[in-house]
Amino acid sequence: LAPWIPVVGLEIHAQISSNSKLFSGSQVQFAAPPNSLVSFFDASLPGTLPVLNRRCVEAAVMTGLALNCSINKKSLFDRKHYFYADLPAGYQITQQRVPIAVNGSLSYSLCIDNKMSQMVTKTVRIKQIQLEQDSGKSLHDDARSQTLVDLNRAGVGLMEVVMEPDMCCGEEAAAAVRELQLILQTLGSSQAVMAEGQLRVDANVSVHHPGEPYGVRTEVKNINSIRFLAKAVDYEIQRQIEELENGGIILNETRAYDSKLGCTVPMRDKEGKQDYRFMPEPNLPPLILYDAKSLPANMNHQQVINIDWIHERLPDLPRVRREKLVEQYGILPEHSFTLLNEDGLAEFFENVVKQTQMKPKKVIGWILNDLLSYLKEHSLTVKESPVSSFLLADLLNLLEKKEISSTAAKRVLAELWKGEGKTPLEIVKEQKLELLQDQKELEQICQEVIDGQEDE
Amino acid sequence: VLKDGLRSQVSAALKEGRVTPTELCQRCLALIKSTKFLNAYITVAEETALKQAEESEERYKRGQPLGVLDGIPIAVKDNFNTAGIETTCASNMLKGYISPYNATVVQKLLDQGAVLLGKTNLDEFAMGSGSTDGVFGPVRNPWSYSKQYKEKSVPKSHSESRESNWVIAGGSSGGSAAAVSSFTCFAALGSDTGGSTRSPAAHCGVVGLKPTYGLISRHGLIPLVNSMDVPGILTRCVDDAAVLLGSLAGHDPKDSTTIQDDFKPFELPSLTDVSKLSVGIPKEYHAPGLSSEILALWSKAADLFKNAGAKVVEVSLPHTRYSIVCYHVLCTAEVASNMARFDGLEYGHRSDMKDSTESMYAATRREGFNDVVRGRILSGNYFLLKQNYEKYFVKAQKVRRLIANDFVKVFRGGVDILLTPTTLSDAAPYTEFIQEDNRTRSAQDDILTQAANMAGLPAINVPTALSERGLPVGLQFIGRSFQEKQLLTVAKWFEKQVQFPVIQLEEVKRHDNGVFQHQKSASFS
Repeated sequence: LAPWIPVVGLEIHAQISSNSKLFSGSQVQFAAPPNSLVSFFDASLPGTLPVLNRRCVEAAVMTGLALNCSINKKSLFDRKHYFYADLPAGYQITQQRVPIAVNGSLSYSLCIDNKMSQMVTKTVRIKQIQLEQDSGKSLHDDARSQTLVDLNRAGVGLMEVVMEPDMCCGEEAAAAVRELQLILQTLGSSQAVMAEGQLRVDANVSVHHPGEPYGVRTEVKNINSIRFLAKAVDYEIQRQIEELENGGIILNETRAYDSKLGCTVPMRDKEGKQDYRFMPEPNLPPLILYDAKSLPANMNHQQVINIDWIHERLPDLPRVRREKLVEQYGILPEHSFTLLNEDGLAEFFENVVKQTQMKPKKVIGWILNDLLSYLKEHSLTVKESPVSSFLLADLLNLLEKKEISSTAAKRVLAELWKGEGKTPLEIVKEQKLELLQDQKELEQICQEVIDGQEDE
Repeated sequence: VLKDGLRSQVSAALKEGRVTPTELCQRCLALIKSTKFLNAYITVAEETALKQAEESEERYKRGQPLGVLDGIPIAVKDNFNTAGIETTCASNMLKGYISPYNATVVQKLLDQGAVLLGKTNLDEFAMGSGSTDGVFGPVRNPWSYSKQYKEKSVPKSHSESRESNWVIAGGSSGGSAAAVSSFTCFAALGSDTGGSTRSPAAHCGVVGLKPTYGLISRHGLIPLVNSMDVPGILTRCVDDAAVLLGSLAGHDPKDSTTIQDDFKPFELPSLTDVSKLSVGIPKEYHAPGLSSEILALWSKAADLFKNAGAKVVEVSLPHTRYSIVCYHVLCTAEVASNMARFDGLEYGHRSDMKDSTESMYAATRREGFNDVVRGRILSGNYFLLKQNYEKYFVKAQKVRRLIANDFVKVFRGGVDILLTPTTLSDAAPYTEFIQEDNRTRSAQDDILTQAANMAGLPAINVPTALSERGLPVGLQFIGRSFQEKQLLTVAKWFEKQVQFPVIQLEEVKRHDNGVFQHQKSASFS
């Protein structure tokens, strides 16, 4: 059988972290009472006009720069038309002709054969980043034959990040999205929490034989976590291969991932291909961005965005942070991945290192093996840890000074985990876990034991 | 002619206490009632108007009026949002719709103490050139009932009553034009997308100003064509238009298409010397269907300038003949887009059809929109289809650029202002007008006005003379971008020369007590 080459591209929608929406002043907030965050513009009341939110533009520029994109100094807004209950205006304002950023790249790492010690770096090209409006939410109440519409989300700013079909499997897709998520969170341009709908991923999947043109692709939606992303992509690749090997064809369709069944199913037919009748958005002039060179002399700086200014203020991206952690603390690269993978863990680690004499190379073991496994077991985030970095550092100091054994330290940690407010030293004293250093005392104890035995 | 009516006459009268805002308001309300047959108003906001008048009166008593517009009764076309007062766009889709916010221009007027009498009638969603295609019925041109028209018009047969001979007000801001023309208000807001303020102004014998695109905020104006719409100003004299302009123009952060530059309101100088002026006469505006009457008037006006020492030159705007088709494509495309929000879900009419969301949408839109609106939506969607986009929409955008460039070239060539007819003829009788469909009429009637919308230029109709039938005919001046001061200065000079006669309406006579002055002066024709 001729080999199959799977091809995976991604369309990712990241909700911009901002106080207000992309084109109106209503608030952005998760899980607010229905229709409580809706401005006249969001409800598409006739006569209302869009006004561009500066913060959203800055978020997109930051993200574009972090993904090595060219920032378009002039970008345009368009209307994309379709009728749906969660789209009050009957069109979405997006950037179809000229988006804000193009031609970037994202590097991500994978473990080969699930061995963390063997990591390989891959790159996926970023086709573009565009600003666009989020839609509202519609809930179908089949029991009462009605649709309930909540417009809280309508108009929230989105960055659509399009990743070229450079990936080949679920694992790569997941790793790429994970890295993007970390970048967005580092920048603060999006909180990128998939569970809260702040990061949505659609996968485009096709397969072909080497040397032949790309196959027909399907779009897979309704993927609610990074784990499911990998599963959905892999399932779809498999499904397509089986279909084709059985003499079938692949339809250019949209499929939904069903996490319960672990498969993709065709989505309700949208009556053939949609023609979105794109049209320039006449109420928004072209978006002009400046850099240090092109910035006009006497312009109101409230009204302009300087790309260079933003570039200078970008925080260290995950890749750089990892490199710094490895260099500074002598930990292994795969350790740095785990540290950044867990929200707050890197800071925790660094805080412990600051407060203890124990070498970072040893501290990391306690962080990644002991602390992290406790957190995972109890489904806690680092923030929620009952053991603070101070307490852990305290404990590690006792170990470092050889006042307790490492076995004892583990028992102390277990006790600390109960969060009863005791210090490591108190626990050690309570449970008599001190390492006895005094020779004479040891001899005395041994003698007592031997004497005890002799009495029997 | 009421020169500087608002500032030197009405406002002065209010300040001096010769008349109170309440009296003024009451008189206008009474006149509205007695001219109800004109059907100029859709909603009369009697209670709120009187309240506003009272508040204004208090301010005058304290000697603290807010400005020239304090206490002045005005009317607003029913496609502007007015908080708490129904906004219908003369459509079933918005019957009963009460907007929660004021359009910026409405707010500005209210902030200056103006008294909002009511919302005026229009073609449904501002689509039309006659104000005949709204759900509340057609607007009647007040001049239909004027002594001047009655004297000249001879019924074609005994059975044809004068009543059925009434003429249209023009559109789509016919209600506003009729309201100003019949003295029920001192100024009115209209909108202008292809001539919708200037054309009814010409037919109703009032001043109709289309400002430069981007000068006055469109926030709250229910859009027809976002890239061409402007709020229009209708008044009885050019000075008044300048006053209104001064109170409305300026950047609005809520409208991203308004220019940022500061706007300084101005008073119009009384121009006496036009020798430095260069007036352009675009030959293409000698359009097919232009009545010989208007042609002659246009020529006479050109001579007027020439004899006064101005330089009058023939110029060419070669792409004028493409403007109708170009406008049709761009207009319908934007209409299709702008009307997409009317689905019955959030506001406005909702059909009882409940089978599915889609069927509810379809039924709502069929029930809510008239044929004209639906026709434009269908055309517009056709032009926006992927396979048609380049051929029609993009092409039309390019042609639009050519049309705009025609004007740039002419103005760069030394011409300060263009003089053209506003309409092809005087107002047609309603029975005649409705013989042709809306699309045909609009295409015909917009030819002289809509290039200015394509180019975003300011333009104004100045009532010039009465036709042989005793109906108003106006001429149009088109100016350079943002040069309203020059445009209005020239218009004011012209207005003074032509001394357009005051309408002689029974109803007005009854309600007048000197504030509406009658002047018998030599008319231009």
